[in-house]
Amino acid sequence: MSKRIELKSLNVYYSKFLAVEDVNMVIEPKAITAFIGPSGCGKSTLIRTLNRMHEVIPGAYVEGSLTMDGEDIYAAEVDPVKVRRQVGMVFQRPNPFPTMSIKENVLSGYKLNNNRMSKSDADELTEKALVGANLWNEVKDRLDRPGSSLSGGQQQRLCIARAIAVEPDVILMDEPTSALDPISTAAIEDLAVELKEKFTVVIVTHNMQQASRISDMTAFFNIAGTGMPGKLIEYDRTEKIFSNPTQKQTEDYVSGRFG
Amino acid sequence: MTTLGGQVKPKVRLGDLVFSRAASVAGIGILITLAAVAVFLFIQALPALNPEADFSGKAENPISYVTPYVFGTLYGSIIALAIATPLAIGIALYISHYANRRFSQILGYIMDLLAAIPSVVYGLWGIMVLAPFLNPTYLWLNENLGWIPLFAGQVSATGRTMLTVGIVLAIMVLPIMAALIREVFLQTPRLHEEAALALGATRWEMIKMAVLPFGRPGIISSMMLGLGRALGETMAVALVLSPASIINFALLTSQNSNTIAANIALHFPESGGDYRSLLIASGLMLFLITMLINMLARYIISRRAEFSGAN
Repeated sequence: MSKRIELKSLNVYYSKFLAVEDVNMVIEPKAITAFIGPSGCGKSTLIRTLNRMHEVIPGAYVEGSLTMDGEDIYAAEVDPVKVRRQVGMVFQRPNPFPTMSIKENVLSGYKLNNNRMSKSDADELTEKALVGANLWNEVKDRLDRPGSSLSGGQQQRLCIARAIAVEPDVILMDEPTSALDPISTAAIEDLAVELKEKFTVVIVTHNMQQASRISDMTAFFNIAGTGMPGKLIEYDRTEKIFSNPTQKQTEDYVSGRFG
Repeated sequence: MTTLGGQVKPKVRLGDLVFSRAASVAGIGILITLAAVAVFLFIQALPALNPEADFSGKAENPISYVTPYVFGTLYGSIIALAIATPLAIGIALYISHYANRRFSQILGYIMDLLAAIPSVVYGLWGIMVLAPFLNPTYLWLNENLGWIPLFAGQVSATGRTMLTVGIVLAIMVLPIMAALIREVFLQTPRLHEEAALALGATRWEMIKMAVLPFGRPGIISSMMLGLGRALGETMAVALVLSPASIINFALLTSQNSNTIAANIALHFPESGGDYRSLLIASGLMLFLITMLINMLARYIISRRAEFSGAN
């Protein structure tokens, strides 16, 4: 399943501080949408509102509406825990659980929903998720080893396997390659392109080449100055953003003439 | 002229030298102290191991004399840990993950205060407040759960029982255990907590997935620290327990095995000759027990080192 996400006049606050102001956009299913922009422009904050992870910080809240296939994920009766089970997330630094084996890591999300599963089901799901994350061939002989025994790039793919094992609708990636070397980065990028066959993929990146290589749509965010809210400046097809943007700010940023 | 490949003497800085020497002295000092205590205990205990030793009618032979006290020491400490460990984990979790910052700080101070109370005060409190207070509960336990051997037997009229000792010891070791576990829980990487939350874990599931497994070595270490304190505790036990020299699992009776440390404290002043050596031999046993338990704990932690999160 893959869902369409619609943001309407979305404001994100940390207590009284307005971090992101008035975002209107539609994130298409079965596509990769990249968020680019300078540090502090609110793109990481915004991606975290898509699975309500920003609420981990006390005092954070949103105004406006955010729907997934028409369902408001901020409606009063919606449990944020349920939202996060439909929206997988991959973080900037690989974070497999160090106290679990590779296999336990893959199954960790699934076990939250289903306490009991037969060994054959567990094996099958582990293989499917690891194949989906292009990691199966590298780890199939050592599934009982700790997740932290893998290289950084492998750990990040393990985190992706963990996220897709629960068959979410959306995969969020918050700078997933910024801590990885170029070869591991290429592996993650290839994987992201495969994942969009099944999921809505949203990726935050500081790497503009990465955005232009893999994304279908690109959103450029900017900030007027420190202490000011981040704003969505331009949102369009990726080719358009990188070749012929309508806003001067966007053109300056993508061509490296920023600031 | 220096050539490549030749022996180049690394430059020695005075500060580095002073610091490394000071650290070495401290490290070796602790080893020497430990060895000195062990040697003292062994030499002083030796006469008691002589088959001809005369214990002036207070003991038949060293083994049968020490066994009940070894049992009492271990039993009391295990009861204390069984009570204190879940409580300490709960307190640590509450302070590290549930309470608001201001309140958790106040709670932290109070825990530190509890740790600073001398054990003789705990003993007095145990004998004057806790024992009479708990006695009705003991009677109830005996009446309703008396079929469990632990609660069987004639309930002590004073409340000065093994269970009271266990509870006093648990309260004594609780602050240090809770403080240590809290520190470990606070070290849980935020990344791992977020990983669990992003998978759709509730707060409690996040704690089960990320915080508790990460804190496991710390929990074991704190248990060892607590156990070490409980094993060696003298005054609180000596004050609370009405002792006998038997092995008895019943928690509520007045027939309780004393602990090694309390027994030494009670009898050492009027002891002499081979009997004094016997008491010291029981001290040697305590020393060995503590060492064995610590080694066991190290082993348990090292067995899962790969999964500790420290790599």
